[in-house]
Amino acid sequence: MDFSSIDPVILIASLIVASTPILLAATGELIVEKSGVLNLGVEGMMIIGAISGFIVCVELNSPLLGLIGAALGGGFLSIVFGIVTQVLRANQVASGLALTMFGLGLASLLGHSYTGIKPPYLSTPDIPFFSEIPILGKILFQHDFVVYFSIISVCLVWYFFRATRFGLIIKAIGENQDSAHALGYNVIKTRILTIFIGGCFAGLAGGYLSLVRVPQWTEGMTAGAGWIALALVVFSSWKPLRLFVGAYIFGGFTILQLNLQAIGIELSVALLSMTPYIVTIIALVIISSSKKQGGSSTPGSLGKVFMEAQ
Amino acid sequence: MKKIINFFLTLSGILLLGSGVFAADLKVGFVYVGPPGDFGWTYQHDQGRKAVEKAFGDRVETTFAENVPEGADAERVMTQMALSGHDMIFATSFGYMDPVMNVAAKFPNVKFEHATGYKRADNVSTYSARFYEGRSVIGHIAGKMTKSNVVGYIASFPIPEVVRGINAAYLAAKAANPNVKFKIVWVFTWFDPAKEADAANALIDQGADVLMAHTDSPSPLTVAEERGVFAFGQASDMLQFGPNARLGSIIDDWDPYYIARVQAALDGTWESTDTWDGLAPGMAALGGFHEKIPMDVRAEAMNLAVAIAGGRTHSFTGPINRQDGSAWLAEGETADDGTLLGMNFYVEGIEGDIPQ
Amino acid sequence: MIKLVPRTKKSPIISAIIPILAVGLTMIFGGILFWILGKDPFETIRMIFWDPLMNETFADYARPQILVKAAPLILIAIGLSFGFRANIWNIGAEGQFIMGAIFSGALGLAFYPQESVLLFPLMIFFGVIGGVFWASIPALLRTYFNTNEILVSLMLVYVAEQVLAAASIGFLRNPEGAGFPGSRNLSQYPSAANLEIISGSGIHWGVATAFVSVIFFYILLYKHKFGFQVSLSGMSPKAARLSGVNPRLLVILCLALSGGLAGLAGMFELTGPAGQITIDFNVGYGFTAIIVAFLGRLNPIGILFSGMLMALTYVGGELTQFMLNLPAAAIQVFQGMLLFFLLSMDLLVNYKIKLARF
Repeated sequence: MDFSSIDPVILIASLIVASTPILLAATGELIVEKSGVLNLGVEGMMIIGAISGFIVCVELNSPLLGLIGAALGGGFLSIVFGIVTQVLRANQVASGLALTMFGLGLASLLGHSYTGIKPPYLSTPDIPFFSEIPILGKILFQHDFVVYFSIISVCLVWYFFRATRFGLIIKAIGENQDSAHALGYNVIKTRILTIFIGGCFAGLAGGYLSLVRVPQWTEGMTAGAGWIALALVVFSSWKPLRLFVGAYIFGGFTILQLNLQAIGIELSVALLSMTPYIVTIIALVIISSSKKQGGSSTPGSLGKVFMEAQ
Repeated sequence: MKKIINFFLTLSGILLLGSGVFAADLKVGFVYVGPPGDFGWTYQHDQGRKAVEKAFGDRVETTFAENVPEGADAERVMTQMALSGHDMIFATSFGYMDPVMNVAAKFPNVKFEHATGYKRADNVSTYSARFYEGRSVIGHIAGKMTKSNVVGYIASFPIPEVVRGINAAYLAAKAANPNVKFKIVWVFTWFDPAKEADAANALIDQGADVLMAHTDSPSPLTVAEERGVFAFGQASDMLQFGPNARLGSIIDDWDPYYIARVQAALDGTWESTDTWDGLAPGMAALGGFHEKIPMDVRAEAMNLAVAIAGGRTHSFTGPINRQDGSAWLAEGETADDGTLLGMNFYVEGIEGDIPQ
Repeated sequence: MIKLVPRTKKSPIISAIIPILAVGLTMIFGGILFWILGKDPFETIRMIFWDPLMNETFADYARPQILVKAAPLILIAIGLSFGFRANIWNIGAEGQFIMGAIFSGALGLAFYPQESVLLFPLMIFFGVIGGVFWASIPALLRTYFNTNEILVSLMLVYVAEQVLAAASIGFLRNPEGAGFPGSRNLSQYPSAANLEIISGSGIHWGVATAFVSVIFFYILLYKHKFGFQVSLSGMSPKAARLSGVNPRLLVILCLALSGGLAGLAGMFELTGPAGQITIDFNVGYGFTAIIVAFLGRLNPIGILFSGMLMALTYVGGELTQFMLNLPAAAIQVFQGMLLFFLLSMDLLVNYKIKLARF
């Protein structure tokens, strides 16, 4: 066993890539949940994004348009959820699960004739100067642009909820839907918008899987990534910047355990495979117990059905 | 109201009649554990089903049920198939074993074919392929083609089938290149493209420049293509996923077996058998070799394949020691099928433990 | 402009008609989907909803099989519904289902091949313990560290799946199984087998338990103080606290209840229909049960019906695959539609639609 053969620089660079899909999907879900809506259908929107992006990419021979198609695919599916939960006031937990079922099925129907195709390749932008910086250059500046987009969008979302008027409105709606309504904000329209944006992020995450990470379409290829994204949002306690911590802890341990196996460490593989989940739980316990007096940061109206007062 | 009910009754009567008009000589059902679009295990079984349709035309009708979980659901699907008049059922996953036995006992006139299992009855045959023979051949190529002398191996679950494949590949690689080392990563899944890709990346980061995989998705191959290392197709040819990376492939080719068994059922000569075919009848087939492989290596690989197929050599020919150094096969001795079927140890030279 | 007006009184007739209407709408839209896929819509719909119940070739077998498929869904969903009423979100029933199976399976296999009438009841107990144990982790973490139970219970599903894999290739592997993964078949071990109650039907003790549970938990929910406290905590945590409900205890009880029932379902599934511990033992009952719970309006009797409806679409959906060559994915989409319609039409149970003038 030779620990020195695990190069931390390569490890960090690859964990950033491995975490990108869950980071993107979690960013979207965080926006949705900030507005007080719990959409458990991330997995379904991701897989629809994966296939719709794949179809667009293959048909138009453009990875970039493919990624846009992926985002829109996820977004359109989320509209179904938006109508069912916001206009028709159905229960969000159950509707989200139904959305996953619906999305998984629809994706395999759509993708029937797209298996076994290799999509055009998304090139990695060449960043002069920065990519030459020792260590940091390799960790940060040699990725494809979706990775940069995911990192930048987390920061933008942080800024959005902290400093913009619309961000504060969304937060207010999520905290207390009735008083936000009383102040004259359109709760339902705003929520449908956030649901759509969340769907776009999830779709993009799926498109990143099918177009960049494992460039191919296979049924069920998201394999549970959407659920991890959901968990990340809770892990982050709805604070955007903490998404980085969660995503990189999870992705990091996934990559690390595979690397540890590759160097032949004498540890139970079953135990190693559990580590990403267990470490996430432990990290969460530490975060939640260090908080003073149970000050939960859960949006107050999360998951509650909004009915206009008569 | 009465009229409406009558209308629907007549309608459903017509539909009932309609579904029973067409009748082939033999109705064959296939039960798949995954989707036919997985481009791996189930895809190849579905190719076999299509080959049957093509070979027999209207004489045989084939149907399938996909994504059938092992256990109770499989038993129900097979029972419903038998009830609906299927004469023959191919159950294409190891986990269908006990359900097949249960259903077969209830329907003695239906013929069952169970892939990779070991329980048989008068109306239950088993069949599997000696994929390890193919792994010997690609193991040889891997040993010759690695420059770093590190071959990365992505393994699914520690079951005899997978362990056997690792051993066969390692022995052949070692014979071709005494300095070769295997790094093995167990991903504990048959199908998770992202995780398989992560494992491939980890192995490449750890110096592997040739990858072998025993999981179902083509993603290790796509990663190899991207990172500029070599890999092999697994289950299906997978050439399109890595035109520069794919050195060769082991293909599960069920077509000849399925056609022969359906023919036997049509002729009335079907009986319960146990088939474990390898390269010779082509149940485990090899895809084309990549032109990047030097001519002499290609020739050696072909010779090895021909020798195994002709029975002149065996993937496990002694002297071979177990990993702990104890003797397994003496000089010239070949492994018996019983040991191979239950193989749960590494051969000498492989590092690490089989997860338990 | 359409306006929603709350119904002052809930009408039982409307409550009953709405789901039927929703199923009808699903048939129309599903029929369009099947037509697009090139199948006869009438035949497909008939095969999903009618043939498993009435077709003379299938019905004798399929009718009890619907109950067998529904039983774990009903058991788990009833357990979950109590927590959901009190805003305690256990979405890890899948993991508790697995642990119930592993605990009871391990006990049964430890005694193999001795025969004793005590073994089966003891295994039932261990199944419950397995589920309760797994659910108690999120329960205790929430009560003592204020850790969100959604995340912990979900993460523990993945951990349980790894334990399951380790069990089936390692510590519970059948020593006579030629090295293949998977435990001994418990349904072939008389003392541990969850036998058929009615011979040839497949109906096992788990199905009976599910039906008894419907009645028992209906009474618990509507006639007992515990049920009242649960519902009150969901509607108004403050009022509940004032009336003497201990919120910590409630979290533990609700999670233990749902975990215990999920573990119980896992035990029955293992010793009956599934037979053995395998890597793929769990097939998503724990997640589907969440939908079943909501479709049943978190009411045990509603859950009984929604569980059977889901099971019917599974059994009928399988038929369409090999009778009509319909892809499995089409059934998944159809089920998704059905759920959407059922969930959104529920609006009409609580609200009237009025056309308001501008």
